[in-house]
Amino acid sequence: MIVLHGRRVTPGRAEGEALVTRDTISGWGGMDPRQGTIIERRHELAGQSFAGKVLVFPGAKGSSAWSHYFHLARLAGQAPRALLFNRISTKVALGAVVLRVPAMTELDRDPLEVIETGDHVVVDADAGRVEVTKAR
Amino acid sequence: MKLTDAEKAMLDGAKGPAHRKAMELLVRYGEALGAERLVETNSVAGTWSAANPIVRDYAARGMDAVFSEFNLDSDEVVPTPPMETLACQLIGGLDRKRPGVLGIAPETAALNEAGERHFGAKGVAMHATCTPYQVGVVPVFGEHLAWMESSAVVYANAVCGARTNTEGRESTGAAAITRRIPYWGLHIPENRAGTHLVEVDVDLPAEMLDWGLLGYWVGEAVQDGIPVVEGRLHGRPSLIHLKHFGAAAASSGGVEMYHVPGVTPEAPDGESAFRGNGAPHALRYGAAQRRWAYEALNGSARDRAVDFVMLGCPHNSVEQVLRVVRALEGRRVSPSSALWVFAPRALAEVAEASGHGAAIRAAGGELLSDTCPAISRVVPKGTKVVATDSAKQAHYLPAITGVQCWFGSVEDCVDAAVTGHWHGGVA
Repeated sequence: MIVLHGRRVTPGRAEGEALVTRDTISGWGGMDPRQGTIIERRHELAGQSFAGKVLVFPGAKGSSAWSHYFHLARLAGQAPRALLFNRISTKVALGAVVLRVPAMTELDRDPLEVIETGDHVVVDADAGRVEVTKAR
Repeated sequence: MKLTDAEKAMLDGAKGPAHRKAMELLVRYGEALGAERLVETNSVAGTWSAANPIVRDYAARGMDAVFSEFNLDSDEVVPTPPMETLACQLIGGLDRKRPGVLGIAPETAALNEAGERHFGAKGVAMHATCTPYQVGVVPVFGEHLAWMESSAVVYANAVCGARTNTEGRESTGAAAITRRIPYWGLHIPENRAGTHLVEVDVDLPAEMLDWGLLGYWVGEAVQDGIPVVEGRLHGRPSLIHLKHFGAAAASSGGVEMYHVPGVTPEAPDGESAFRGNGAPHALRYGAAQRRWAYEALNGSARDRAVDFVMLGCPHNSVEQVLRVVRALEGRRVSPSSALWVFAPRALAEVAEASGHGAAIRAAGGELLSDTCPAISRVVPKGTKVVATDSAKQAHYLPAITGVQCWFGSVEDCVDAAVTGHWHGGVA
């Protein structure tokens, strides 16, 4: 098991399977809130679902409806279980707040290097701690 | 986060339940950012729309339910209080005067109308545009704002010298009643310095197409950095060029601020753009980079038969509508194509009074306002291939509606509408 430490963005503890991307994520125009899928044409995760996953990504980009679209995803039952990201921004901070899931940033190791899609990840934002169990 | 006594009182419910929920949200949000305090604002641009899909389900429970869920992130339904700042409604999902052209269901149009009446009476100005700065909502240098709409945010910061982060629906909802937003990011002067130097190494005329291509490449290159653009700029860029540059850079990347030394107000010269930090190694924008942007923007397009031409993202100025009218002179839109030209609600009125609406309709096109195809998700029935003069629309529309999209100049787009075929290209 690998342990990372970082800053709590939003409170709580959650665990699940990781979905990792090196591409920044758009809300409006980049994802479908009713399906919980990434729809951006040139995106590494195009067509994949983030619902119920621990989403590990560099940060947010694009439209200011980022939070609104992740808000809609929560109401549609398609929220990710937790967020881990490198670059804080108003989009991703407000998005994490309205998703109401634990989120962390400023991790002591780059989560994009340490975590791979399919790994089991425990995000304990209140303790500032992430536990990664490699799938392989 | 440190709160003032007035802010603590709002959090404790002294001004009622809406202010309490709004302050709770701002505290959760401020802590998520790592902000130390809030800052006062008197200018909010956001959305209070009730007619969008999913939001509509909440509107059945009343406008206060829409406001509580989507503008305050509150499970508890609280009454909508009067807005306490200047509040501007941004672009929405339909054209209030011409819902039929877009094939909007009458129930949806009625819901939109009810929402506009409810929030309008509370003090939200129903401008219904992505470009508040074109219709009198013009920030003053140094003013703290709480604005949504990435293309408006980057314009307000870079061109007006006002200070705003890219806010969201919930934070602007809270800001308009509390007059507060987290003091973070671009509100803090030190965070407004350039992070990347972009050396333009092709002749850059004062043309929308060229500024759109440059913006699209710059956004991809700097992501959420603050580019400083210098080099072979021929002719001073106008509102139109900077509007397109910022919108493109905020689509391919997350650019919220930039400097063009000698043009934008916080950078009288190249040195001041970096606030004395020294310029970093320059990124070169040459012919290959321009070509990359053009090909990336046309990456979804294969079929040359064009069903639909969309002009006006961000919303057109009257001058841009006139350019379309002139390009259409003596010509008619092909029966196999459609032409929709978008302007802000207020400017569509001006364009109509100037005869431009009639001229566009006489040529077989439509002059529309309040929305755009990417926001409304409405394109003419059966549309498979679109052409547009907007890098932002070309970036988003294929992802949102599954269409193919050509990007080019206004004249190439009008030509596609008239002939029904794409003949566009760049030298």
